[in-house]
Amino acid sequence: MRSIIDILDLSVEEIDELVATAQDIIADPKKYAEVCHGKKLATLFFEPSTRTRLSFEAAMYELGGNVLGFSEAQSSSAAKGESVADTVKTVSCYADIIAMRHPKEGAPLVASRAASVPVINAGDGGHNHPTQTMADLLTISREKGTFENLTIGVCGDLKFGRTVHSLINAMSRYKGLKMVLISPEELKVPSYVKKDVLVKNNIPYVQTTDLESAMGELDVLYMTRVQRERFFNEEDYLRLKDSYILTPDKLKNARKDMIIMHPLPRVNEISVAIDDDPRACYFKQVLNGKYMRMALIMKLLKEAGTI
Amino acid sequence: MNIDSIQNGIVIDHISAGNGMKLYELLDLNRLDCSVALLRNVNSQKLGRKDIIKIDQEFDLNLDLVGFVDPQATVVVIKNGEIVEKKKLDLPEVLINVIRCKNPRCITQTEQEIVHEFRLSDRVNRIYRCIYCETKA
Repeated sequence: MRSIIDILDLSVEEIDELVATAQDIIADPKKYAEVCHGKKLATLFFEPSTRTRLSFEAAMYELGGNVLGFSEAQSSSAAKGESVADTVKTVSCYADIIAMRHPKEGAPLVASRAASVPVINAGDGGHNHPTQTMADLLTISREKGTFENLTIGVCGDLKFGRTVHSLINAMSRYKGLKMVLISPEELKVPSYVKKDVLVKNNIPYVQTTDLESAMGELDVLYMTRVQRERFFNEEDYLRLKDSYILTPDKLKNARKDMIIMHPLPRVNEISVAIDDDPRACYFKQVLNGKYMRMALIMKLLKEAGTI
Repeated sequence: MNIDSIQNGIVIDHISAGNGMKLYELLDLNRLDCSVALLRNVNSQKLGRKDIIKIDQEFDLNLDLVGFVDPQATVVVIKNGEIVEKKKLDLPEVLINVIRCKNPRCITQTEQEIVHEFRLSDRVNRIYRCIYCETKA
């Protein structure tokens, strides 16, 4: 049974195929309106989410399917101490496919080993979030027209930011990538990501704490939030949370065709004054996420022989 | 110092000096009823100094664990006083229930009866990563 736990579970060809399917859905949504008729998606969210859960649900509804699930651990038997494995064995009896978010890293992998239906990782702690990366990739594809020869700046919490790690992993497979890693010292990209992904794939990268000096060379600026929930120590969070705030004056040196991305939710790291800038793409990412999730749900259900 | 040779059992030889006690503990050898000898800092032509463990009964040795702790160790199986098998060890590709993940955010900290699994991610530097959260062992 095929599940998607990590963005690297999908080959470059499969990503291209999913992007093409998403583009086709955008062009002709009616063609897909009944593809999942009579099928059910279970959204098992052990951790709060607005975008990802609603995006999965909207995706399934737009494919003509139905949705069941829970949106916090307290409203499931996890609150009584039920294991992840037992939860998904149970849910496999009701649903054709599962999207799971869990605060513990690796929980969706445990789920995929226990479930009898495909499992999609909808975020596991600070670890992986492959469908966010899929949304990011569709956004880059639609806005830049290519995945090749891009200089991508990632800014903010690069230590705990799962979206950043997944994006670096995914983009490392394309030619001509350059990475600019912008973060406070305490929130730098973990050394294993640099070693295992950037160095291993001969990807040139620069580490800096200075966003403005890096701005001029970027094709993509990927902002992230410093996530309170990833800190054990509130003092550290408070000290680092306002490290980078993108305001219109900081974009003075930015290229006219640079795009600004953010996995959302934002707190204050992008000023709302930037929302109307044509380079701001973060709400387009939200929409693109739904299309990519539609494409992924269809792919996994087709592979499972369910549709 | 003399330690009696064994008739039926296992000798773990060429253990890097200092790793013998670690292996003794990880293999839970204190639970065995038979004679078990742990020799530390034995003179060795090859290693200078080495540790040796002798177990005086047939024993289902976890070779992955021994290979993980000390891949240069050798395992000798003895039956009726004769060496019947010499096993050379290597770093295992996968470690199952040998070590536990230390990451407090890992699912292995809370999930009931989970298989603790690590994969070798860097042979040169002997780095294993938890398959669930990718944290270094």
